[in-house]
Amino acid sequence: MSQSEFRAALLDPSRPAPEGLTGPAGQPAGRRFDVYRNNVTVSLTEALRQAFPVIRKLVGEEFFTAMAREHLRAHPPASPLMMFYGAAMPAFLETFPPVAHLGYLPDIARLELALRQSYHAADAAPVAAEALQTLTPDAFVAARLRLAPSVRLLRSCWPIHAIWTANARNGTAPKQATAEDVLIVRPDFDPEPLLLPAGAAPFVAALAEGRTVGEALDAAGAFDLTATLGLLLGGSAIVGIITGE
Amino acid sequence: MSHSVKTLAVAGSLAAALAGHMATPAAAQEAKEKCFGVALAGQNDCAAGPGTTCAGTSKVDYQGNSWKLVPAGTCATMELPDGRMGSLEALDRDLPQG
Repeated sequence: MSQSEFRAALLDPSRPAPEGLTGPAGQPAGRRFDVYRNNVTVSLTEALRQAFPVIRKLVGEEFFTAMAREHLRAHPPASPLMMFYGAAMPAFLETFPPVAHLGYLPDIARLELALRQSYHAADAAPVAAEALQTLTPDAFVAARLRLAPSVRLLRSCWPIHAIWTANARNGTAPKQATAEDVLIVRPDFDPEPLLLPAGAAPFVAALAEGRTVGEALDAAGAFDLTATLGLLLGGSAIVGIITGE
Repeated sequence: MSHSVKTLAVAGSLAAALAGHMATPAAAQEAKEKCFGVALAGQNDCAAGPGTTCAGTSKVDYQGNSWKLVPAGTCATMELPDGRMGSLEALDRDLPQG
């Protein structure tokens, strides 16, 4: 029996237990293998259930459990870090026929993944508001703002913030299928998805790429800069100011 | 917009954002301290995700192979405007293009 045979049988219940497995008394260990195979499936299903609580709520427990089983067999973990398992879920949802009519699901999965990445990102102390206050206008426009490692930006043509809030926080269901961009910040220890003002995403994306405030403004069209800076400041998202040179 | 006018507008936005930020009541900005191991099960899940708690052991009943192909969660109870009853499937009719 090879390791790849063992692994293939682990993820496919229709395969028999691999040949050559024996129990302590030398008897075939098929039932023991079944227990192990079941534990792998149950554990990974549980990992996906915890990873995607809103997707689970949207499609229902029973459906989610069944879908998770399909998913884990097609996409077993690539890393032993279970907190990041599920990275393949958005792409899976895009091609899984039973949810083809729920076009927003992949972006909701991306949001849930990003919240977890944010949760597990490194700590970084935000800059003091005074440090920004003392910059001259020219220096601010020429400065690069370093964003916290926990900051994530998601752009969607679906109302992902409203759908997430409605299901995770008992918010109001979206009234319209408008496009929404989400900024995830982690002001204390829990990530918070914030609705970005319309048009602000290219500005934040450019800042995240290390471009100057002026360049980031040029990258975006018209948007509410005051509100966007307010979200970044309130979310403790700015952790460094790189001025000049 | 000339360079200097744009710069001034940006500075105005920054000043307004800073004023709003600094006017936030101190209580809201009070630093919280990290406290491990006190979150109730189910309350830290959303943020922390899997792998942060000890997963359960054998639950044989999961192994069944038959399942429904229709998602049956809250997406089917979400309300839509103008009295349209709906599922989120109904969002198809106001599809944003993108």
